[in-house]
Amino acid sequence: MRINPRLIDKLMRGGLTFQALFTVAILVAIVLIIFVKGFPYVTTEFIFSYPEDMGRLGGIFPFLVSTLFLGVLSIAFATPLGIGTAIYLTEYTKESSLTRCIRFGVESLAGIPSIIYGLFGFIFFVIKLRMGWSLLSGTLTIAIMVLPTIIRTSEEAIKAVPNNLRTVSFSLGATKWETVTRVIIPSAAPGILTGIMLSIGRAVSETAAVIFTMGSSLRLPASIMDSGRTMAVHFYILAREGISLEKAYATALVLIFSILVINILAYYIMHRMIARFS
Amino acid sequence: MNRRLANKENAIRLVLLLFALSSLLFLFIIFIFILSEGVPLFAKVGVKNITMGTRWAPTKGFFGIFPMIVSSFMVTLGALVLGAPLALGCSTYLSEYAGKKTKMVLKPSLELLAGIPSVVYGFLGVVYIVPLIREYLGGSGFSILATSLVLGIMILPTITSISFDALMSVPAAFREGSLAMGATKWQTVYKVVLPAARSGILASFILGMGRAIGETMAVIMVAGNALKIPTSLLDPLRTLTSNIALELAYATGDHRRALFSTGVVLLVIIMSLNLVANFWVKRRVDK
Amino acid sequence: MHRTKIRVRNLRLCFGKKEVLNGIDLDIYENRVMGLMGPSASGKSSFISVINGMINFEDHACFKGQVHIDGFGELSEKTDHVALRKRVGTVFATPIPLPRSIFENVAFGSRLKGVKKRSELNALVAESLKKAFLWDEVKNRLSESALKLSGGQQQRLCLARTLALKPDVILLDEPCSGLDPISTAKIEEALSELKRDHTIILVSNNTKQIARASDFVAFFYMGKLIEFGPTVKVFTNPEQKLTEDYVLGKFG
Repeated sequence: MRINPRLIDKLMRGGLTFQALFTVAILVAIVLIIFVKGFPYVTTEFIFSYPEDMGRLGGIFPFLVSTLFLGVLSIAFATPLGIGTAIYLTEYTKESSLTRCIRFGVESLAGIPSIIYGLFGFIFFVIKLRMGWSLLSGTLTIAIMVLPTIIRTSEEAIKAVPNNLRTVSFSLGATKWETVTRVIIPSAAPGILTGIMLSIGRAVSETAAVIFTMGSSLRLPASIMDSGRTMAVHFYILAREGISLEKAYATALVLIFSILVINILAYYIMHRMIARFS
Repeated sequence: MNRRLANKENAIRLVLLLFALSSLLFLFIIFIFILSEGVPLFAKVGVKNITMGTRWAPTKGFFGIFPMIVSSFMVTLGALVLGAPLALGCSTYLSEYAGKKTKMVLKPSLELLAGIPSVVYGFLGVVYIVPLIREYLGGSGFSILATSLVLGIMILPTITSISFDALMSVPAAFREGSLAMGATKWQTVYKVVLPAARSGILASFILGMGRAIGETMAVIMVAGNALKIPTSLLDPLRTLTSNIALELAYATGDHRRALFSTGVVLLVIIMSLNLVANFWVKRRVDK
Repeated sequence: MHRTKIRVRNLRLCFGKKEVLNGIDLDIYENRVMGLMGPSASGKSSFISVINGMINFEDHACFKGQVHIDGFGELSEKTDHVALRKRVGTVFATPIPLPRSIFENVAFGSRLKGVKKRSELNALVAESLKKAFLWDEVKNRLSESALKLSGGQQQRLCLARTLALKPDVILLDEPCSGLDPISTAKIEEALSELKRDHTIILVSNNTKQIARASDFVAFFYMGKLIEFGPTVKVFTNPEQKLTEDYVLGKFG
């Protein structure tokens, strides 16, 4: 007996719609649970005071600071390297075995799991370079981790700039570097910025690579060589050691909220930049 | 003017080249240091004793990580079994059925939600999934099932996003041709679009696997940390990643080297997965 | 009588292994409009890429002959092409405004030259836009995006942009293809005034435009210069049969 293909079509459409909605629902549920359970505990006091009793009481201020520091500084290291690499690969060479090698390097870096970065950062920065568990070790490790993302997104953004803009710039007497800085980068800026924002989000969510390079000190770091604890690490410790469910939810909420804000800011800036001149 | 400018341009080119080479440099030193810490133990104790050994008691000289290799594979497969069909259904819907407005809302939402830190998944797994399993299915709740569920959810955005790209790059002409011949939408999707996007979809699965097998913190929270080879879905386990993360802070000497050896094994597995995925993606491009 | 601005002797150029210019001898006179006409693939584009410094020497296997620009020097592979491009401006077939404001588009080249003072730039931009017959239409919206202009306005903007560099030579490569007749007329009117201060080369497949707008004309065909002379003469009494056929529209 042959089943009516139209019936199957309708069933499958329904099934697929359900799957899509279910997927989104799961992910939305996660955010909602964190929000509902955490919101009551996110007070200004929570954000600005120091932790007490291993985090059972008090707030997360030092962790906010460490997280901010990690996010900003790791991007500060990775961005010039990343954009420079992207510029080199797109504007200054043709495809050759060297560029293939470099791209292989970038792809491989992208594929390395965070725990391996943790192992590497630990043995290289913390031990061999004697930086100890410090903001510096953590920042350098995370900078290498997000570098491939910045390279990839920057390259895509630069490639998307129409070729005739380069022609025009050259015809007006610009050198290659002037063309890159005055025409190409400004046009590619929205895409590049998105990549940067995405990387900040990743840096801030990272736990495995951070905990073994930055440590987990409860104190507010006074210098770059001090150990620190990011919000993600704090959240992990609170959860795993069972210290405080409420504080864990609250920390998670602040963390997710920060990432959401960064992502939304990225989209907003990107749209404004695109709308301004096209 | 000419020479000065040419020198400046050459200098810039050189600096940019050095920047570009830095990626290779970083890759190189990562490999060097991981290998230099991890490989000597293989030489000292024997590759077989480590990779096939079943007893992990590093302070006593037993470095067998076979149970962890098995566990890693089991939860990764589990994550794929649970997550891939759902993710593929989601991406198929997004690519083939969703209207422009729906797409504009759903796609960024998925990307935003991909930014949820992995520790949060683990946490919610401990708070909700583990007790549920403990109550209704037995065991401690910390199990392959719990881990696979958590990992499966975690890799949903990855697989959805990459398979979506693969589906979207199937030329419109394929769909139009099939519909013109009287096929229904589902028949078109099932017989024409999905097969055409096959390489990209498979690549998304492999990349999802790569993400699952490399995940550390979420796994630690729900896996239960048992050193035996798990025999049932409800058994607790320890993966390669959790092995490293649980003991690195206080390990010394050969113990620490054994953790790096675990890292080497993990790297080999993941690099192989990535090579396979890249190969498949290239096949799609060549087609 | 006429001063030669650009002297070309025996110019040969290859694209890969193919010869695209086969011994060109040409004098381009100062403060005149030189029209270059000929069917597609006649070598016109390759010829102008030598003059405006946009030639990519990696693509061209051989470059022989002498090209001398009065006030600049001899052209060769070793020429400082960046400096050349500041002296020879180009307007392309499709208007390509930079994704910036109208003001910034025109000021772009001057900023590259180092002009920084706002008052200087203001004056330069106004002057260039006036010469391109665009000033009246945009003087109140200089900070708006250049992409909002119509095709004809954008092309005049590209002309103004080039003029801001105060180049010796202005090269226009099919500047009016795709433009409405009014915009075309405005550009041709601009050219007739601009030639007082610049040397102009106008490349076009449109023989009628060449007839209208140029003082001298050179007819290229399959990489060779078939004929060259005053426009009136070449169009009414050409010396070569090939020229006559092309002018009459028998091929093209």
